[in-house]
Amino acid sequence: MTDTVLKVVNLTVKIPTRQGVLRPVDKLSLEIAKGKILGVVGESGAGKSMTGNAVIGLLDPPAHISGGEIWLNGKRIDTLTREPMRAVRGKQIGMVFQDPLTSLNPLLPIGDQLTETMLEHLDISASEAEKRAIAALEEVGIPGAAERIKSYPHEFSGGMRQRVVIALALCAEPSLVVADEPTTALDVSVQAQIIALLKRLCAERGTAIMLITHDMGVIAETADDVAVMYAGRMAELGPVRDVLTRPTHPYTQGLMASTPLAAKGGKRLNQIPGAMPRLTELPAGCAFHPRCPIAKDKCRADPAPTLGAGDGRAACWFAGEAGP
Amino acid sequence: MLAFAIRRAFQSLIVLLVVGLVAFSMFNFVGDPIDSMLGQERTGADIERLRTQLGLDQPFPVQYYRFLESAVQGNFGISYRLGRPVSKIIAERLPATLELAMVSAVLAIVFGVALGVFTAIRRNGWAANTVMTLSLIGVSLPTFLIGILLIYLFAVELGWLPSFGRGDVVDLGWWRTGFLTQSGLKALVLPAITLGLYQMTLIMRLVRSEMLEVLRQDYIRFARARGLRDRSVYFRHALKNTLVPVITVTGMQLGSIIAFAIITETVFQWPGVGLLFINAIRFVDIPVMAAYLMLISVMFVIINFIVDMLYFAIDPRLRVDRTGSAQK
Repeated sequence: MTDTVLKVVNLTVKIPTRQGVLRPVDKLSLEIAKGKILGVVGESGAGKSMTGNAVIGLLDPPAHISGGEIWLNGKRIDTLTREPMRAVRGKQIGMVFQDPLTSLNPLLPIGDQLTETMLEHLDISASEAEKRAIAALEEVGIPGAAERIKSYPHEFSGGMRQRVVIALALCAEPSLVVADEPTTALDVSVQAQIIALLKRLCAERGTAIMLITHDMGVIAETADDVAVMYAGRMAELGPVRDVLTRPTHPYTQGLMASTPLAAKGGKRLNQIPGAMPRLTELPAGCAFHPRCPIAKDKCRADPAPTLGAGDGRAACWFAGEAGP
Repeated sequence: MLAFAIRRAFQSLIVLLVVGLVAFSMFNFVGDPIDSMLGQERTGADIERLRTQLGLDQPFPVQYYRFLESAVQGNFGISYRLGRPVSKIIAERLPATLELAMVSAVLAIVFGVALGVFTAIRRNGWAANTVMTLSLIGVSLPTFLIGILLIYLFAVELGWLPSFGRGDVVDLGWWRTGFLTQSGLKALVLPAITLGLYQMTLIMRLVRSEMLEVLRQDYIRFARARGLRDRSVYFRHALKNTLVPVITVTGMQLGSIIAFAIITETVFQWPGVGLLFINAIRFVDIPVMAAYLMLISVMFVIINFIVDMLYFAIDPRLRVDRTGSAQK
């Protein structure tokens, strides 16, 4: 287990509101090994981004971690206070956000944004930082990096800016990158390049990636493992090939049946009836039961079993019974 | 950028010409200057002679042109009341107003920005809430009342500071300053606070709301995700992004500080151009009024020009070559 980079155990995030306490993340457990890519998928509001923010310690109040543990490289980080956690961010966990157009400070040259990050976390001189900034930009494929470090974000296209963001996330050589929908805001033609770039750079460095997305195609091509989230809970967790080809949780099965694949030809896509419940009106028992084709009395009464890291595949009493 | 500067300079010139026209019109429409200059016992011949002598028999455009010609040379005629060249009188009075305005502006900007950032960062802290509540006083109380309250408290009750005047001044030949004597500095305190308080609270509230807006932006989140220190996040990343709107408003406020020094100067009997202007109105001293109007408009125009140039210094997105096809 020494090469486990990130280990999340029974993580629960709560948001106190006037309608009661919401749990956007509920008893979630997952693990990422060194150099591996974990894809986290789910519908909007399933708690994917909330999980990513909890890991990097940037939950917006009043959201807060109310239970569970987060371990990074064998060190517990969810209990760290402000200042030590700040030192972990950027240095040990890099983050890539969804929209590259708004992730960069418009008034600072990109070179300055790179060097300030490195000077904060690495014990190097300003001139060394500038050299590394140029190298980092070259690595992410910015042509003419030596001149472009003086350029401002608005002088780059969206895809190029996301490359800069990736350079920024990796410049202090973190052991984990949390990529929160890194390609959603980009052109389809650029998406594949960005994902390939992220994958290559992390493979070279042995950096683990937590790839948050709702794009099953990206997961299929990129991830080693996949975690399927539903209404804040882990629905299914396992190696990507198993989960995608032989899903056992009825939600994952529905998800796969509704994903357009070339192999399926021109057949009509299935859809899962209904919509994911809002966090304020979660049903009793398993959160998925109102939409589940195989729901039984037990599902309406008892919450689905909680998945522990490493064990089991699907958080379902009758996993695998419906058949794909 | 140069093209922009030239275009703005040209626009400024038009503004000044229009203000000049208004100032000049006062001579013709606010009473007859001949009436003011000649006493009760005058003859028709006196009037005609003076009219010709002053060129008032010329057509309006010719008169306006001559007014502009001499205004550009700094000649605004002779004060009806004081009988001395207006430019001289203003030159004597201007240092007092400029020193007062400068101190007020520095106070307003330094404290306004600092408190604005503070109240934005500690949004829910009791100290920030107290400052915000107090700032309502600055925004809502009229200037003269604040002045009178300050005089009552610090001059009358406590006796710490003088209630009027400028104290002792040192004559530097072309500039009489109150900065170099203790009584001059002491006399500056109350008027400067009175004049700057409103602008300070305005700048503070503006900086606060802009900061709150910017702190919600993705790049601030990303800066935090990169593990930058709070100081860097707040000042290097957030504050700079608030500056464009803040500078716009601050620039306009600086103009108003000079223009509305009138009230403060009246309350504190501060011997500046504002007080001169008030007295000029009382005696319908039109050359002084016209010169003051021109002076204030020149200052407004200069400040606005500087503000426009500052935008370029702050925001690189404006430095795009406007002749390119990608312009908006």
